[in-house]
Amino acid sequence: MKEYQTITEISGPLVFAEVDEPVGYDEIVEIETADGEVRRGQVLDTSSGTVAIQTFEGTGGIDRESSVRFLGETMKMPVTEDLLGRVLDGSGNPIDDGPDIVPDERRDIVGAAINPYSREYPEEFIQTGVSAIDGMNTLVRGQKLPIFSGSGLPHNDLALQIARQATVPEEEGDEDSEFAVIFGAMGITAEEANEFMDDFERTGALERSVVFMNLADDPAVERTVTPRLALTTAEYLAFDKGYHVLVILTDMTNYCEALREIGAAREEVPGRRGYPGYMYTDLAQLYERAGRIKGQEGSVTQIPILTMPSDDITHPIPDLTGYITEGQILVDRDLNSQGLQPPINVLPSLSRLMDDGIGEGLTRGDHGGVSDQIYAAYAEGEDLRDLVNIVGREALSERDNKFLDFADRFEEEFVEQGYDTNRDIDETLDIGWDLLSMLPKEELNRVDEEYIEEYYVEEESAEVPADD
Amino acid sequence: MSKATDSDVREDGIIESVSGPVVTATDLDARMNDVVYVGHEGLMGEVIEIEGNLTTIQVYEETSGVSPGEPVESTGAPLSVDLGPGMLDSIYDGVQRPLDVLEEKMGSAFLDRGVDAPGIDLEQTWEFTPEVEEGDEVSNGSIVGTVPETESIDHKVMVPPDTLGEDETAEVVSIESGAFTVEETVAELDTGDEIQMRQEWPVREARPTVNKQTPTEPLTSGQRILDGLFPLAKGGTAAIPGPFGSGKTVAQQSLAKFADADIVVYIGCGERGNEMTEVIDDFPDLPDPQTGNPLMARTCLIANTSNMPVAARESCVYTGITIAEYYRDMGYDVALMADSTSRWAEAMREISSRLEEMPGEEGYPAYLAARLSEFYERAGYFENINGTEGSVSAIGAVSPPGGDFSEPVTQNTLRIVKTFWALDADLAERRHFPAINWDESYSLYRDQLDPWFKENVADDWPDQRQWAIDVLDEEGELQEIVQLVGKDALPEDQQLTLEVARFLKEAWLQQNALHDVDQYCPPEKTYHILGAIKTFNDEAFDALEAGVPVDEITDIDALPRLNRIGTTPDDEAEEFVEELEEEITEQLRALY
Ligand SMILES: Nc1ncnc2c1ncn2[C@@H]1O[C@H](COP(=O)(O)OP(=O)(O)O)[C@@H](O)[C@H]1O
Ligand SMILES: [Mg+2]
Repeated sequence: MKEYQTITEISGPLVFAEVDEPVGYDEIVEIETADGEVRRGQVLDTSSGTVAIQTFEGTGGIDRESSVRFLGETMKMPVTEDLLGRVLDGSGNPIDDGPDIVPDERRDIVGAAINPYSREYPEEFIQTGVSAIDGMNTLVRGQKLPIFSGSGLPHNDLALQIARQATVPEEEGDEDSEFAVIFGAMGITAEEANEFMDDFERTGALERSVVFMNLADDPAVERTVTPRLALTTAEYLAFDKGYHVLVILTDMTNYCEALREIGAAREEVPGRRGYPGYMYTDLAQLYERAGRIKGQEGSVTQIPILTMPSDDITHPIPDLTGYITEGQILVDRDLNSQGLQPPINVLPSLSRLMDDGIGEGLTRGDHGGVSDQIYAAYAEGEDLRDLVNIVGREALSERDNKFLDFADRFEEEFVEQGYDTNRDIDETLDIGWDLLSMLPKEELNRVDEEYIEEYYVEEESAEVPADD
Repeated sequence: MSKATDSDVREDGIIESVSGPVVTATDLDARMNDVVYVGHEGLMGEVIEIEGNLTTIQVYEETSGVSPGEPVESTGAPLSVDLGPGMLDSIYDGVQRPLDVLEEKMGSAFLDRGVDAPGIDLEQTWEFTPEVEEGDEVSNGSIVGTVPETESIDHKVMVPPDTLGEDETAEVVSIESGAFTVEETVAELDTGDEIQMRQEWPVREARPTVNKQTPTEPLTSGQRILDGLFPLAKGGTAAIPGPFGSGKTVAQQSLAKFADADIVVYIGCGERGNEMTEVIDDFPDLPDPQTGNPLMARTCLIANTSNMPVAARESCVYTGITIAEYYRDMGYDVALMADSTSRWAEAMREISSRLEEMPGEEGYPAYLAARLSEFYERAGYFENINGTEGSVSAIGAVSPPGGDFSEPVTQNTLRIVKTFWALDADLAERRHFPAINWDESYSLYRDQLDPWFKENVADDWPDQRQWAIDVLDEEGELQEIVQLVGKDALPEDQQLTLEVARFLKEAWLQQNALHDVDQYCPPEKTYHILGAIKTFNDEAFDALEAGVPVDEITDIDALPRLNRIGTTPDDEAEEFVEELEEEITEQLRALY
């Protein structure tokens, strides 16, 4: 391993050095400052004379006198089942005073793409116990389903509720042994981190979790590595050890900011709103690491969390994410002010894998129809709210008034449930039928007639229609 | 992709620099677009720039760990596809490596590097039946025989288009039926040329044709709003732009399932892995509504998902369209779907920025518009050089950032394509699917396809359609008033129009791609549903005129059943509609 003292330029998180032997693209670099501190980085560009290095821990303290060592390999994550229960920093070093980690293997953190031919289509229903998700935007094993939120909204409470409650109904018996949570924090505050850690400890979830912590005051550039370490660990546990792994990544917005910072330091031509033109590809290399593989036991399910700058869903971070992930769960500021827990707005939410994960034998035969019907009715009620503000309820037809009431009750009874209530799917769908039964039967054109027969709740006081 | 089997390996070059998918090399003896093998692992790449002694290469595989000083080897051949029997029922990556073969060779579910495989199986034998005899004259493109490729498709074995001079003919001196591999000679010409089933063609070059003709036949899709309002022609071009979640992929997949094409080439370009898996899982079991054979028997899949190397994303649309042209040359109607062309454009942008080219609008290279139009120009209804007629229809999804159609990829695509299916986030949010906005969408083929619909479906097809358009237009205007004053403030006839429009939207325009029956609607059924709504309309207005209040009109028992026609099986639908129309008429007339 050759050591150089040839740094020519330092700019933001980047260091440029001259080399006289070839250096591989993406290789890991160690930079040692005059006072003996060692920083790690990665080769971003390599040519016969010079290399550009992206440092993970910032360039503060590095000068021309610092020495540069090329380790001759790309970044690796030491993986072992013993990682369960451990807390690591954003670069993968233990910070929990636990024993040294003896790796089983060291894995490249970039991770090769799953061959689309080798994937198994995800269709196992995960019951989160949250009606707005289970009923309307069902999560399945191997899905990547992000939470789109805004600053100050209770996305963490929702994520924790999901992590606590998630089960796969049929197999409840052996759930515990094979379920694992990987938590990757990027640039969150110490307070938020404590919220997660306290909950993990309180519920005993920590034992089956691996935590990667890059906090707000940790180096920003490190955030580009943290999710890759987390996902490499997840893949190992899932596809080598057979675990069903739930990966929570928060906050993807901080990750993207770090990408932007590196792009700017490299003086790249920026894409939309200053984010790099390759951000879609970069994010895809994270999100596409969710999935199932034919013939393999385990699965990687991802719930990335991101805060939308100015609550704007067209901002590049949620936009590019939504183009890659298999849906999104929208946490809504207005519903939050109304006091709804969780404040999920189902209209812009979506689970693209819902269709194959629900129905007869999986959840219930009426599930698809109920969800479609509720969507249509709630959307109609939502529209009418604007109108009511102008013309008043009296100016609306009886039919319109029913839809208005429906929208209100949907929020108050179906979406609202609190962070500690765990509803099973039958309960969720039954609440759905309670609400749908407010509407005339004939309006329910998205549900098969047999299910209307079975589940529609006839108004008790209603007279028996005269058969004339 | 062919590993340039018969080309001479030239002088090696030396890697000068590596930056992501872009590698430069010195002393490399290669031409533009030549395929090269990069580094000790032999990663596949393509020459994209030559400047003095420095050659720039885009690499189709990950370049982590590759160093300056490693060798680069040129194959001396441009990026090409292998063409021959065995492409249907296959799934390729962006440079035509079969993904099933890669899985086997790599022994892993994860894509490794430096593994190559031919696009078609070189060992498999095919039963060849000659179509010409010894002594017959043939020229470029001539069909010399056929092999049964799948249960749906007879593969025509053709004289490769660059075998002879342009107007040259040659005599077949030997030809035999029997089982052959794709590399064995099936026919010999008096010029000494030997014809095999396998041919190669450079992907960036259109295969030659005699001329392009005006399309007059629809590519029916089984989608009511498309066939009914915005039809696509065989040989036509269409764009489906829309924000995420608006239904681009579902629309593309529905077309791949139900379009009445002979062959479907489906390109997953920079999109989700699971979406391709879904196609791989579903298509072998789903019947082609035209033939009843499994859909896979007419389908070729190209999957270069978002996490696969970006350079191969750039090339996957070319791989796809070249395969499409090859089947067109056999006289087939081919439909090609590219989901999403925006990812292709972004791949261009990414490579271009690594080359430090002057960026154009939103960082896209200045040649974006030219590349898009070159691609869509390869679609069309053609007279082929062998005298057959065939078509390539191209349907591209577009993924505009933030759903804003004013961005360069959408705009440049709209300047070229003739059918525009605009997806709408609002409609998608309320689960009105397909979320195709009927005000913004258009098809410039409508008039030229009308004669076909009149002859094959119903004489008054264009009139019925116009009626629907008028009602929807009127509804749009009325809704603006309703937003201000409420529905009840409108006069009764306008309230009734709103009700009719509601059925047009719910029973006709909406179509549930996830419902076994509703997902496919033959044109006749599309016509019948519209007819039923029109019957209601006419009877209802008569009743209104006779003094029946709107509330009573819309309260009749039979009415909600309009919404059930779509989910009524095709063979029962006509009868169902007939009865329903009778009942609606009866019940309405009973009111006055
Ligand atoms: N015709 C349709 N019928 C029923 N659902 C649909 C239809 N089109 C779209 N959807 C729903 O919308 C979701 C998103 O559609 P998709 O085609 O994946 O969007 P896009 O490709 O534009 O992001 C699907 O998962 C499905 O739930
Ligand atoms: Mg899509």
